[in-house]
Amino acid sequence: MTTPWSVRSITRALLPVLLVLTALELLSGLTLESFEATLLRYPSLLVLAPAVIGTAGNLGSILSARLATAFHLGLLSFDPSDERLGGNAVATVLLAVTVFPLVGAGAWLVVRLTGQVQLAPWTVVAVAVTSGVVLAVLAVVVTFVAAYGAYRLELDPDDVVIPTVTNVCDVLGVVVLLIVSQLVV
Amino acid sequence: MSVRSVLGDTYRGALPTLLVSAVGGLLAGTVLSSMEADLAAVDGLLVLVPAFLAIRGSVYGSLGSRLSSALHQGLVDPVFEPDRRVGVAALAALLNGVCATLFASVLVVVVLPALGRPVAGLDTLVVIALLGGVLSGVALIAVVVTVVFVGFRRGMNPDDLVGPTVTTAGDVFGMLALLAATRVALAVT
Repeated sequence: MTTPWSVRSITRALLPVLLVLTALELLSGLTLESFEATLLRYPSLLVLAPAVIGTAGNLGSILSARLATAFHLGLLSFDPSDERLGGNAVATVLLAVTVFPLVGAGAWLVVRLTGQVQLAPWTVVAVAVTSGVVLAVLAVVVTFVAAYGAYRLELDPDDVVIPTVTNVCDVLGVVVLLIVSQLVV
Repeated sequence: MSVRSVLGDTYRGALPTLLVSAVGGLLAGTVLSSMEADLAAVDGLLVLVPAFLAIRGSVYGSLGSRLSSALHQGLVDPVFEPDRRVGVAALAALLNGVCATLFASVLVVVVLPALGRPVAGLDTLVVIALLGGVLSGVALIAVVVTVVFVGFRRGMNPDDLVGPTVTTAGDVFGMLALLAATRVALAVT
């Protein structure tokens, strides 16, 4: 069933979910603001924040889109030995291991080019990689729980799982970045 | 399918998208780090940032996938001429985006004092939400329509283009619009 092309019907389909997700994203914002002082003292972390949050959300949304498609095609079983679950879970962690060092190095370089650098490059990379790997594992857990929940409740995973996982990963992205920054910096 | 082939397939398929949107995220972070003075001047602005960026992603991602499905179904032609369907979809995206952003700014004004934290005036945050929502919306409608139409004409599947385009352009234009809107709001309120 596709939504008819009118402003009213598009709004009716989109706005309720959008407002719920907006309220959820404020949790991410409140966490971010609670370490505003640290972020302003170390601009590298401020540059890092949107990229870490965005990449965590993307990892979750890619994984959930893949599982949703496999599920629709009848190719997925919720069994620990399922190849698709295992292969996609390992791929998510490997993607994080590939992308986050580059994100960390990029954030350090941006601050180096635009102003003064207070943090050593390895510190920024360590924050990015540690946050990234923790987030990848959390993204896998959150996606599997959400996908299994949708399956048990007989909901369409495309409608429910992708927005839920993306937003939960956004919130977790800030929380993990906050904790890792305080441990490493 | 073995674990190894699933792994390789997912890894190769997702890596370019992730890298492109990571660059977008770093550019957004660069803009954010140039806003130190604005963040200090407008209490609650940083609380708004993740919601502001996520709204861009949801609303204009939905516009992109709607246009892309319509191209596949032949409901819309990939030509840059006034079209009722494209106009309706773009207007709906803009209105929903602005509406959700206003909702976020009102929530910030209500929630922060309840948590005992300082917050800027409602007028400042509403100007930021309205102006930031409209500026980023106009830019993103142009980007999404262009990428989806041009991609489709070149024989690419617009579904594959929507995700990376919206996350990257959404982060960059979202932050730039937020910066411009904050400067205007600080000047007029």
